[in-house]
Amino acid sequence: MTNHLSRRSFLKSASAAAAASLIIGFGPDKVLAASDGISEFTPFIRISSDGVVTAIIKHFECGQGAATGLATLIAEEMNMPLDQIEIEFAPADGTRYANLLFGSQGTGGSTSLANSFMQYRTAGAAAREMLITAAAEQWGISHETVSLDNGQLISGSNVLSIGDVAGNAAQLNVPAEPTLKDPSEFTVIGNPNTGRLDNAAKTTGTAQYAMDIHLDGQIAAVLLRSPRFGGTLVSMDDSAASEIPGFIRATEIPTGAGVVVYAQTTWAAFQARMAISAEWDFSNAENRSSDQIKSDLLAAVNSEPEHHAKGDRTATEEALNNATQIIEQEFFFPNLAHAPMEPLTCTIAPAENGVVLYDGCQSPAGGQAALSAVLQIPAENVEVNTLYAGGSFGRRSTATADYHVEAALAFALNGGHQPVKLVWSREDDLAGGYYRPAVAHKVRVGLDENGKISAWDHRTTSKSIFKGSPFEAFLVHNGVDHSSVEGITDTLYDLPGQFVGLTDDKTPITVSWWRSVGHSHTAFVMECMMDMAASAAEQDPIDYRLAHLTQGTSDQARLAEVLRIAAEKSDWGRNLQNDRARGIAVHKSFGTYVAEVVEISQDDSYVQIEKVTCAVDCGVPVNPDVIKAQIESGVGYGIGHAMRNEITLTDGEVDQFNFPDYEPLRINDIRAIETHIVPSTEPPSGIGEPGTPPASAALANAIAVLGMRVTHHPMNKNGVDFA
Amino acid sequence: MVTSLMINGHRQEIDVPDGTPLLWVIRDELKLTGTKFGCGVASCGACTVHIDGQPTRSCQTYIEDVSDAEITTIEGVESEVAGAVHQAWNELSVVQCGYCQSGQIMSAIGLLTENRTPSVEEIENYMWGNACRCATYQRIRAAIQRASEILEA
Ligand code: FES
Ligand code: FES
Repeated sequence: MTNHLSRRSFLKSASAAAAASLIIGFGPDKVLAASDGISEFTPFIRISSDGVVTAIIKHFECGQGAATGLATLIAEEMNMPLDQIEIEFAPADGTRYANLLFGSQGTGGSTSLANSFMQYRTAGAAAREMLITAAAEQWGISHETVSLDNGQLISGSNVLSIGDVAGNAAQLNVPAEPTLKDPSEFTVIGNPNTGRLDNAAKTTGTAQYAMDIHLDGQIAAVLLRSPRFGGTLVSMDDSAASEIPGFIRATEIPTGAGVVVYAQTTWAAFQARMAISAEWDFSNAENRSSDQIKSDLLAAVNSEPEHHAKGDRTATEEALNNATQIIEQEFFFPNLAHAPMEPLTCTIAPAENGVVLYDGCQSPAGGQAALSAVLQIPAENVEVNTLYAGGSFGRRSTATADYHVEAALAFALNGGHQPVKLVWSREDDLAGGYYRPAVAHKVRVGLDENGKISAWDHRTTSKSIFKGSPFEAFLVHNGVDHSSVEGITDTLYDLPGQFVGLTDDKTPITVSWWRSVGHSHTAFVMECMMDMAASAAEQDPIDYRLAHLTQGTSDQARLAEVLRIAAEKSDWGRNLQNDRARGIAVHKSFGTYVAEVVEISQDDSYVQIEKVTCAVDCGVPVNPDVIKAQIESGVGYGIGHAMRNEITLTDGEVDQFNFPDYEPLRINDIRAIETHIVPSTEPPSGIGEPGTPPASAALANAIAVLGMRVTHHPMNKNGVDFA
Repeated sequence: MVTSLMINGHRQEIDVPDGTPLLWVIRDELKLTGTKFGCGVASCGACTVHIDGQPTRSCQTYIEDVSDAEITTIEGVESEVAGAVHQAWNELSVVQCGYCQSGQIMSAIGLLTENRTPSVEEIENYMWGNACRCATYQRIRAAIQRASEILEA
């Protein structure tokens, strides 16, 4: 890049043309253009002349196993072992690499495998047919006698490596509807012993994350942000920072968002930031404390709801009046940070015709749009170099592309002539917002004379995640953000007389999708209420749930099946010693059905989680071992936060500083997790998130057996002592 | 201040102010990025390196205190125990996002070097300070047991 973007031109940049100084393009084709000896088969497969097959991965890899999963689909259709496939992350290119369920390029909603299953298999099958045709042509024989196996084309005694014909094969037309393998022939899909493709890189320290980027001439940037949500910068004093070796400069962000602190190294930037003092205007900020926020939310669920999300309020009220018993309960869930292990970071570097974004990029479309808007360059001139992401849980993609915008501002305010790496500290992460919203629920359930549910009045309140986001049109209808009520309005239980009311909370605290989104709290409420209803009806919790799944739909049958399997595998009927208890919960989210049984022990009032037994139906199990790993991870994430995590405010300022006061799940917290996968031929559904929703509910239901019904999170602040 | 460090068997001269955490010297100066920054306050273990063979949090280790020590990072760790740990980690596909795993592995090597047949309780006590936000703990426990088996075979 030759033109420097001055601060003044940045300030004027509302008029797009004025600042279009970073400019012009390489097309996406150039990024993937076949170089010497590399042949491209569809946007998803490349084969080198020495026979190396590379799968181009359109989703980011944050641990959920998407890279392994997509490569598995190609390996299967190309009849080769998974470990022979190399992986490479796709560039930003929404025409070739869109998430077919979003219409733009990005990862989320546990959709990676679901949207790619046919696409990547088709690509693999197309490559197989092209290679076979090319070999047949070379040998002058019918393609029907040629087979592809383990990287070799074989016909009788004729053998060729795929590398030998790749060049010719790639010239052929890509078959639009190649013949896919019959599932009965699968050897890679469904194989539990394939391993992960990122094992080697991630055990030797060679895997490259965005935090690991060091480019020539690169400097570090950290931000001094408002200590309260919604505050704006009035003034700052950086005179003491000049003492810090490596400090370069502190620059106010024109929007009032804060101060960019530049330094030669990350450590110097952290040190310099501590030496800068700032004054803020808090007149539009969140200035309340958590106690107040909590009581405001609980008051909202005890008032007239703003939106009717489902049902007829009068009819439900009448059904409640006719009920034999009414069970009534309030629930509360605090804000939660995602706290992925790798703090947020990305680097923007000048390129000949634009910029390159180095990022563990969850949403290339979002990253491109953010950089394009701030830098006033066409989106296609933002190249995205996707690296491994050190966890995300939803955090690396937000509706405002928050850290990408920050990085773009830092890059532009530095003049745009050198690479700038934005780094968040763990303190920035915990105080940085985009939390799981704080949520309150109030539920009144009516039972008839047989103990069956005859009325269900459900009020909830939380800040809408999707209003104002690019997904608003998909997820907000008649004022109701579906993610605030998902798992309630679409419950699979037979709940006659269900009314669901929603009130939007309007706090300036920023919120976002957090692993399993609305299900992260709704599953807890639904499954605790089902348990409380079972207990009021004096029925076994599993029998009681099954008695509310009687419509004979496939949805209910699949939910019932995971319940039965979890019951059987956890030996549900077995008598437990007095100091032991177990609880169950089941929930469908992201198309996947999960039941979990938590068994706990109690010693001198301290609760220890002994075992979690899980049953999961996520359609065709593509990588059974990855599925198990994701259930283990989802269970740990759900339980760990419910046990002891919360983000709280005192006079608007976040109380939590770092891991010591946002204590992660530790190795001794859950003694064992066992996962059983339901065999299925249904299309694959989500797996990164569905393990999370039922976990804390099953734990609460186990604790309830010991005599304590915990309904407010975190549990350790609401009466439960963990060992 | 120029400090001389012995890292992965090589002596290196580093010019950083006293008080700089070893973590940032390793990452930003030496560009050995396998050692990770997770918290900076000794509560996650992502930055674990070996100092004279002992797993140590490099984010809370100051450069001037280790000039006489032998520092080993994930890039330089090599031993029979390290081999067994790597093999076990691969066999069990422990990693998810992987960001904590250099630290987990450095700690696991430390444990098995001291004690080749740790009990579950010993594993949990030793590994307690290594957080994994992806919650791979179940496999970490199993992989340490598997590495122990490999070493004892
Ligand atoms: S970065 Fe050192 S313990 Fe977390
Ligand atoms: S593997 Fe992601 S933090 Fe441990």
